[in-house]
Amino acid sequence: MLPPVLTVRDLVKDFGDFRAVDGISFELGQGEILGLLGPNGAGKTTMMNMLLGLVSATTGSIRIFGKSLEKDRIEILRRMNFSSAYTSLPGNLLVRQNLTVFALLYGLKDCRRRVRETMERFGVTELAERTTGHLSAGEATRVNLCKAFLNRPELLLLDEPTASLDPDVVDKVRTLIRETQRESGTSIIYTSHNMQDIEFVCDRVIFMHRGRLIRMGTPAEVKASFASASLEDVFIQIARGGDLEVAGVQ
Amino acid sequence: MSGTPFPAISGIVLRYLYLYTRNGLRAFELFFWPLNTLLVWGFLTRYLTQAGEGGASLPVTFLLGGVLLWDVQFRASQGVSVSFLEDVWTRNLLNVFVAPVRTWELVAGFCTVGLLRVIITVPILSLMAFLAFRFNIFDFNLWLIPFFGNLLIFGWAMGMMANAMVLRWGQAAEGLSWALPFLLQPFTAVYYTVETLPGFLQPVSLALPSTHVFEAMRHAMAGDVRIGQGLFLAFGLNLAWLTGAGLVMNRVLAIARDKGLLTKVATQ
Repeated sequence: MLPPVLTVRDLVKDFGDFRAVDGISFELGQGEILGLLGPNGAGKTTMMNMLLGLVSATTGSIRIFGKSLEKDRIEILRRMNFSSAYTSLPGNLLVRQNLTVFALLYGLKDCRRRVRETMERFGVTELAERTTGHLSAGEATRVNLCKAFLNRPELLLLDEPTASLDPDVVDKVRTLIRETQRESGTSIIYTSHNMQDIEFVCDRVIFMHRGRLIRMGTPAEVKASFASASLEDVFIQIARGGDLEVAGVQ
Repeated sequence: MSGTPFPAISGIVLRYLYLYTRNGLRAFELFFWPLNTLLVWGFLTRYLTQAGEGGASLPVTFLLGGVLLWDVQFRASQGVSVSFLEDVWTRNLLNVFVAPVRTWELVAGFCTVGLLRVIITVPILSLMAFLAFRFNIFDFNLWLIPFFGNLLIFGWAMGMMANAMVLRWGQAAEGLSWALPFLLQPFTAVYYTVETLPGFLQPVSLALPSTHVFEAMRHAMAGDVRIGQGLFLAFGLNLAWLTGAGLVMNRVLAIARDKGLLTKVATQ
């Protein structure tokens, strides 16, 4: 059996008196897509930021590719990447220029060829000479994904990649993510408030609530454990019921 | 671009080269303020020289030397702080922080941008100073190298301090980041000697490396030999300031990681 790409053990994050992440443990297998779900304030963003090394853990450990994120951060970051609806590439540069800069930041060999190939893969070649800030939301999402796959990451963190896109573009983007992941074998952590997205893209999901992990399994398993027809129903139960007892967590 | 040496630093510098070559207004901003300052001080110098009927010509040309050298420090500082702010403004900071870029590479990239700004603006300013006011910066001969070197290093240290402030206190500190070089300007004896300052402020002034450079510049212009000692002192102080700025930056990054400030600054 292949070793996990990511191992999180008893992770805790306190901001003063507030516990944002409370004793989370899970693993991510090679080539697996794991959805990180939960209502606002569940601790997903803090979790993602900790996995990226942007927020330090209060206690617990994160090991990626078998290495400690705290000690080998740069070496790990070379092999992973990130895309979020809440960040953007500099709007005042051309798409090609932005991707070339990031190819250099990731220390890639033969940057021009890699940028060209990745743009072709994501169908954004025709956008190469466009100013990034002038792209539509759908185009910008594809360019962000292009940046995220530039270094052929073994682990990719996608934070609401389909947020604020129309349904047609959402469908295209998630199909693109799934196809690219199948070809590359990249392991992905995926957050979204769109439960259809999650069901289509993710192999396994984690539900978080008030910083705690309250359910983990395949979408079918999670739905069955809540006796719900859809992940959306599960989400609503947790968000409205609110309490961990609803989820059967002591 | 295959096998680029120091790829992360090259990436940071390339980003700003793209930015300035793509946008004429950026290039305009690069030259407008220093030229404006040079002309105002240059004409003031000419006026004071004429009013003093030539007798005061040496002290007033100190002003022009001060303008030119001050710009070196200011551009170096701005190169570091504005490069960082550019990533905040464009919501690109998180992308940079999650890229495999070490803190020293990030700082070195910003410092290189600062150096490039100096390399671009100072020759133009020097030419203008010569054509308009017959002020020849090359009269400093080889002293120019330690003058520029010391001011560059101190400018970088100030820029790093400014970035640390923005990381710690968010965009509310942005104004302070711009103002930092000017907060120091009255105390660093750019246009007047240290003795002009009140006694209690003189130790503050002498703790700034730039003060010793401006003093050395005036000694050089007056044909005084007391130049090297001050420049050595400036270099020693610079090492202390640069180390201090690096430690502050590291400490602030650790606080930012603990309190989740990186994402706040990057997405606000």
